[in-house]
Amino acid sequence: MPDLKRYGTICIYLLPLVLLFSSLFVGRYQISSSFIIDDIVRTASFLLFATDAPISTEHTVLFSIRLPRILAALMAGSALSISGAAFQGIFRNPLVSPDILGVGAGAGFGACIAILLYDSYLAIQLLSFIFGLVAVFAAVIMGKVSKGTGTLVFVLAGIIVASIFNAFISLVKYVADPYNDLPAIVFWFMGSLSSIRYNDLHWVILPMLVGSLVLLLLRWRINILSLGDEEARSLGVNAGRMRLIIIICATLVTSAAVSISGVIGWVGLVVPHISRMIVGPNYNRLLPMSMVIGASFMLLVDNLARTVAATEIPLGIITSLLGAPLFAYLLKRGRMGWI
Amino acid sequence: MDLILEVDSLAYSYGNGPVFENVSFSMGNGEVMCVLGPNGAGKSTLIKCIAGIFKPAAGSVRIMGEDTRYLASGTIAKKVGYVPQQNETVFPFNVLDFVVMGRTPHLSLFASPGEEDMKIARRSLEKVGVEDLSDRTLNSLSGGQRQMVLIARALAQEPALLLLDEPTSHLDFGNQVLVLETVQKLAASGMSIVMNTHAPDHAFLIGTSAVALTGGRLIASGTVTSVVNSQMMSSVYGVNVAVRDIADIDRKVCFPCGSGKN
Repeated sequence: MPDLKRYGTICIYLLPLVLLFSSLFVGRYQISSSFIIDDIVRTASFLLFATDAPISTEHTVLFSIRLPRILAALMAGSALSISGAAFQGIFRNPLVSPDILGVGAGAGFGACIAILLYDSYLAIQLLSFIFGLVAVFAAVIMGKVSKGTGTLVFVLAGIIVASIFNAFISLVKYVADPYNDLPAIVFWFMGSLSSIRYNDLHWVILPMLVGSLVLLLLRWRINILSLGDEEARSLGVNAGRMRLIIIICATLVTSAAVSISGVIGWVGLVVPHISRMIVGPNYNRLLPMSMVIGASFMLLVDNLARTVAATEIPLGIITSLLGAPLFAYLLKRGRMGWI
Repeated sequence: MDLILEVDSLAYSYGNGPVFENVSFSMGNGEVMCVLGPNGAGKSTLIKCIAGIFKPAAGSVRIMGEDTRYLASGTIAKKVGYVPQQNETVFPFNVLDFVVMGRTPHLSLFASPGEEDMKIARRSLEKVGVEDLSDRTLNSLSGGQRQMVLIARALAQEPALLLLDEPTSHLDFGNQVLVLETVQKLAASGMSIVMNTHAPDHAFLIGTSAVALTGGRLIASGTVTSVVNSQMMSSVYGVNVAVRDIADIDRKVCFPCGSGKN
């Protein structure tokens, strides 16, 4: 039985790779499977042995349009999920996630100012990170100042912060040029990976890698923080400082994800719960599992987004339509011993 | 006798007035000290100050001669194990995973517990006699089992001094005795223990010394019989308290016998 479980876990870890490969076959532009396999082999041999570079429209579609988009989906999904899991641990609250804490709205606000004023990836990245941090700290301070304790305070504080930032976002939309900037902002907020190229990935790969790596390295300490500040201190962990580091890293990866994909809800809330059902609450196993499941989930959602209808469906719509009922189902099943 | 713990003119305040002031006592290696006092006297706060969780407003705590003001919290946690009164874990950790969290002060910042730490955690569960719980989840445990697991986690820290904050407060008679006997066993194996308790009687059962805290001051400290006597306990709790020798169980007992008002 333990063996079976181990094989199951290994299979889940291989899932993103399998999906990456199979997602190359998915898309509106018809390319035959045999061509795709042939083209992958040729490209690999080009990269490894410097043989002739494959040149064709199909090759461009596969490797300049589909592949960067697939990579972006994997990255965004894993980023939102690892930060959601981390936030849930350090706030001792299974109901928080980057979007519920207001990080999503804050980062979204930063990004839409950047779209309006600068229109550069660096500005989007930087402003979404800064306003993401502002939002999470506003929520944390509000939660601390309020007399109430317990899990609901942070959720309420997050709702307040998110609604303030959403008001700002509406203001930006109102003043934005209705022919160019406004549609860009609106579509961006619904979440989409349709225009992703390698260039876009360059900007986010570093913050995502650094943030995720630090979170992974500190994952044992997240267990300790989830016990509460006093117990963490009695175990020799400086709870305040450790929480700050983890908030910064989680916000960094969230805002990186937001700056390529827009605000995508539910992933950061639902994926950690699904992962907890598979490997339990120990962050040593939970954090890597959340990344893998988040990456796979987002890629599947993006595949749906680009195939089910004649036009692209924004990602945020699909994650909400899938995530919300899934969360409701998990609640009903009562399988979450932690709520 | 070597002193394991020296508390000198310790004070703590929450902002609106002091919780306690000028608390001084010391205890030798291998002693079991019971801290007595009414609700709100500051017993928990005192123990948290010793554990390095709270920063005292004044005074000092020395563990094995070292002033905790100058020790990193990780260093304190290697010497002092703290067992909280109530523990609410949000996530239903596996018991072994939870106990091995006691190894954290011995791990470097980025490290996770290894095989050796797991062994120590299992041994800690054995020491309190609940090794059969190791695969259960925390939320499936009874109050008594939970208390044992908390003690095991503190033992995994391999401390020289164990602090227990009212370990029996939510337990029935049977579980109270189980916890007390476990504490006694640990003391017999050489562990120094400070235990907060609501029941002065516990001092007769397992204590080698006792202190009494009331009204923000330490009003008595010394051997159990010098602290737990009818006069002292009556003034600590503000009701009449009797201490009697019971011949057929061969020990002293302490019990309340009315407020004296009716």
